[in-house]
Amino acid sequence: MLRYMLKRTLQTIPVMAIVAFLVFALLYITPGDPAAVIAGDQASAEDVARIRVALGLDRPFFIRFGEWSWTVLHGDLGTSIFTSLPVGKLMLQRVEPTLSLMAITLVFSISLAVPLGVVAAWRAGSWIDSAVMGFAVLGFSVPVFVVGYLLTYVFALQLDWLPVQGYTSISAGLWPWFKSLILPSVSLALVYVALIARITRATMLEVLGQDYVKTARAKGLGEHAVLFVHALKNAAVPIVTVIGLGIALLIGGAVVTESVFAIPGLGRLTIDAILRRDYPVIQGIVLVFSFSYVIVNLCVDLVYTLVDPRIRY
Amino acid sequence: MPQGVSPRAEIVVAPRMGDILVQRKSRGKVAKFVASHPTIFAGSLLLFAICAMAILAPYLHTVDPAALAPARRTRPPSWQFWFGTDTLGRDVYSRVLYGARVSLIVGFSVAIVSSGTGLAIGLISGFVRWADAIIMRVMDGLMSIPPILLAIALMALTRGSVGNVILAISIAEVPRVARLVRGVVLSLREQPFVDAAVAAGTRPPMIIIRHLLPNTLAPLTVQATYICASAMIIEAILSFIGAGTPPDIPSWGNIVAEGRALWQVKPYIIFFPAAFLSITVLAVNLLGDGLRDALDPRMAKRL
Repeated sequence: MLRYMLKRTLQTIPVMAIVAFLVFALLYITPGDPAAVIAGDQASAEDVARIRVALGLDRPFFIRFGEWSWTVLHGDLGTSIFTSLPVGKLMLQRVEPTLSLMAITLVFSISLAVPLGVVAAWRAGSWIDSAVMGFAVLGFSVPVFVVGYLLTYVFALQLDWLPVQGYTSISAGLWPWFKSLILPSVSLALVYVALIARITRATMLEVLGQDYVKTARAKGLGEHAVLFVHALKNAAVPIVTVIGLGIALLIGGAVVTESVFAIPGLGRLTIDAILRRDYPVIQGIVLVFSFSYVIVNLCVDLVYTLVDPRIRY
Repeated sequence: MPQGVSPRAEIVVAPRMGDILVQRKSRGKVAKFVASHPTIFAGSLLLFAICAMAILAPYLHTVDPAALAPARRTRPPSWQFWFGTDTLGRDVYSRVLYGARVSLIVGFSVAIVSSGTGLAIGLISGFVRWADAIIMRVMDGLMSIPPILLAIALMALTRGSVGNVILAISIAEVPRVARLVRGVVLSLREQPFVDAAVAAGTRPPMIIIRHLLPNTLAPLTVQATYICASAMIIEAILSFIGAGTPPDIPSWGNIVAEGRALWQVKPYIIFFPAAFLSITVLAVNLLGDGLRDALDPRMAKRL
């Protein structure tokens, strides 16, 4: 097992190297002159030339890639064109709101979606099942900013229960912090809940048809124990895998959610960087998010090799 | 990835009286299809209506969607302006109808471009062993970049245009198609009829076209439908955050983005495009779910 875990960990290195290569190569493979695009339409020839040098576009691709990889490995993500500050520093200032938003969304989603999926599978074909599945289709169809505005309209503007926008740091107290994140995380959670509820229902349906579930029922276990102890435990691997893969949805959604709710996180930084065409910042954000995504999914894999005794390599 | 009904869920032990009676009345083929695939019917009907609305936009009591009229800014919905007017006095109804064109064009084009490219990559990767390792590592890398971020990075480097939006979203969607097709090809390769074709001396391109391609079409169609839905959402998101369709073209994302400054006092400016966008994506997703259940029951069980 240790060998498998080591192998699985080592496998992520080439994936990360390829991610880094792709993120870097984007500058070169996009049609047109990126330096001119970044400089904007009003820029002078000198500005374009300055940006070209700043991005290293004046030098050969592989030399630039080597240099860039070297600096990234040393934790230096480059320098923002607009603010001239190190990208790493800019990102560190914005990490807390984004991590808070994602953590709360994750907790919300899992604690809502898994029971929904279990109940839908348990009462497959009933109105509860139809309601859950209908909700899931809706969750996939309504974009996160639409959900955000709708919830804000009802719960912040009409009912006045929660703040309309903004973020309160965790250092200002746990309740104000949580309160400022309720609406954003519920909006962000919707598509994630749909995803997890659907996979939970599908795997639970398979598991509930197995003989050991019949045995559990036959020996007189309560439905609650059958569903949540015997069945859910055996359905856990695909569910946890999808929770890990779905983080990609959360990352993309966080950018939009932070924009709707004016949360000063990494998503807001991304949008500011787009509007200023500050490519080094975008590059750094994409790289860090993608690496985190790869590492989260590595952890998910490693955790269930440890937890699930059926997996032996 | 959307998941659906496991076949087990549909086992019905005894036929109900209603079913038997209806069968004896010998309904028409169309009615039968509608009854057995209600989601396909509902989805395609809705989608057809939205397509018709987009194509016939000039004839549906619209005005020039770009016509500015500072004198009548932010009017609420009325008989004259069905969906009200925006901050520049433009008619939101006309903008929403014309905006349907962008969403539909982006959705369909991304579905076609990414499934075509993904199909080619997946077939090669599944059939040519030496290429497989390289191609799949690149696809793994591409899949590790969250799709919206990849599209944002691409849009930051190119000038905003509908074509570039299509390209950016397609690149983000290709690896999912390639993986799907490769999986199907790998399982087909072990089938006796492929062995027989190889033994009979059929050349690899012919095997791909004649034996592998037809078998990938069903899951590919389903996947393409979901890609269409997700492309519409990503286009709206890109436009919403200012990295998508240029602001002079009315798209649903753009209309919401322009309406957001005033949305707390004039919520109707963003309500209508948001509702149309959600309904359109819902229609495509319903169609996808229906197609999946009809074409490929096995896929419902896979991830």
